[in-house]
Amino acid sequence: MAKLGPSGFSPYPVAIIDKVLNPPPGKALLFDEFVDEEVAMREAAKAMLTRENPTIFPGPQVLYAWSEDAKKKAKQVKELAQVLNAKIIPMYDYRPKYPKINPEVEINPNHPNLTIWHNNIKACIFIGVHCHYANVALKIIRAETDCFTIAMCSLEGHEDAMITLRDQHPEELDKFIEIAKQVKAELGK
Amino acid sequence: MSNLTTSEVKVNKSGQRIVSPDYLLFEAPREKFFMTGSEAVKEAVKRASVDASVSYPITPQSEAAHLIGELWVEGYVGVYFRGESEFGVMSEVAGCALAGARTITTTSGPGTLRAFENFPMWAGTRIPVQLVLMARGVNAPLSIQPDNLEVGFLLDTGCMIWYAENAQDLFDMILAGFVVAEKPAVHVPLITVVDGFFVSHTREAIMIPPDDIALPPYDPTKAPMPVIDLEVPPGRFLRDPFVMKSNYISYATHASWQFEVRAAIERSRPYAKHYLRGLIEEFGNPEAEIVFVAAGTAASQAKEAVRMLKDEEGIEAKVVKLKTLRPFPYEELRASVKNAKYIFVPEFNVVGWMEREITKWLYGYSNAKIIGAPRVAGGMTMPAEVIVKEVLNYIKVR
Repeated sequence: MAKLGPSGFSPYPVAIIDKVLNPPPGKALLFDEFVDEEVAMREAAKAMLTRENPTIFPGPQVLYAWSEDAKKKAKQVKELAQVLNAKIIPMYDYRPKYPKINPEVEINPNHPNLTIWHNNIKACIFIGVHCHYANVALKIIRAETDCFTIAMCSLEGHEDAMITLRDQHPEELDKFIEIAKQVKAELGK
Repeated sequence: MSNLTTSEVKVNKSGQRIVSPDYLLFEAPREKFFMTGSEAVKEAVKRASVDASVSYPITPQSEAAHLIGELWVEGYVGVYFRGESEFGVMSEVAGCALAGARTITTTSGPGTLRAFENFPMWAGTRIPVQLVLMARGVNAPLSIQPDNLEVGFLLDTGCMIWYAENAQDLFDMILAGFVVAEKPAVHVPLITVVDGFFVSHTREAIMIPPDDIALPPYDPTKAPMPVIDLEVPPGRFLRDPFVMKSNYISYATHASWQFEVRAAIERSRPYAKHYLRGLIEEFGNPEAEIVFVAAGTAASQAKEAVRMLKDEEGIEAKVVKLKTLRPFPYEELRASVKNAKYIFVPEFNVVGWMEREITKWLYGYSNAKIIGAPRVAGGMTMPAEVIVKEVLNYIKVR
């Protein structure tokens, strides 16, 4: 079922195996359940604040200043990392790299588990990663690690993440930062 | 350079007013015309804000490809050219789509096989190309007559596959197809199948909306992979090479990538249900114990057989027409055959790929006897009388 990994030997596509699809507009996905966005944001913040070595994986869509939204989001990602006491490890290049990536400083969609294993990351947020590469990586992460994955997608979401938040633009990121601050205060972190 | 976003643009490059897909497909007034399936392709493309089309003149779709060329002359298609071969066409189509163009082409029969390597490549590179496949026989011996064997070959390429029964279906599916295929979470190619000659070359009544309205243009910035743009990051250097040596990636990546393409097809279900008004269509007595499951013109012939069985033999039957094969409408099919005792699968090929599909998806869900008949091929027709006879013979011996 669509739950925390490791799920097994092979990458795990929940859309095929569990028939779990992306949430409709206005909703979020929490494992295999559609919930209100605020509920999912609280659970996401809680996972990041309570699990070991929380890390944000920003992708090219927030790493490059290709639009006004991207510039805003890049600043918001830094603020979010501070609020969540999280590291930032970028997924800045989707190309396979020979002989392998340096898991200290980067994550690559072709073997995301290496970075997660190396840094013992138990919770992460994908943001600004193009949907295909996020989905490829998320299936591998669920199969091979016990990392709690959260996707903040500006489009339709990623059902392969344990929590997926769709239509995430600067306004929604501000909302998430505020919720994260509240959860942090509640947890006394 | 314009700073307008897609939602602010009111007309497309051809000067047609941009309307919502729902308006174009469901609400716009329609007028009746009498045209061939190939002409229906032209009329759909004319309203689809198509950026590019590449053609190769294989029978029976040559007329459709030729007519798309006429649209280019008239200013409705941005780029149009002829490829050197079928393989060349399908590769060039990929190039157009990778650069962010809404792209369509057509093929059939052996040309499909010559181009075959490209179809899983299209799916793996997540390009929402549309291929109108006018199904025809696969040699040898060479046939340019109706037969849908090649559709069975295409089922697991990672492309969505929809099956039009007639020119009306084809017109509507081409327009709906772009909309569904270009959804960011879907974004895989669509093969829109129609039976060659039976539909491509025969005229029938078809209802179409005015030609001064069109679909919104494709927005490649929402693609799940960066569109190739050599000037603007992040697209500049982020595309994977098409051949990924296994020592550069984990083997799991290739597996995950393939799963992701199939997951994308699953994500198309709700959109396809909306724009096709369901993934199946039923005809006849909903409670009937005799059910025909078919697609394309086999469904048309089965409908006539249902009428004949009722009028001439007093036997109730129904047709379950499959509009999509990928995604396969297994939930709808299982629900629709719950009363069935006999499921006949009429097909235009010798191998019975549709029967295999039905058998697989109903395994453990239906106690009905599945009969892969009648089966014709190589250009043969499938008279409704033959279908009726098949049913009567089967029932009689039991």
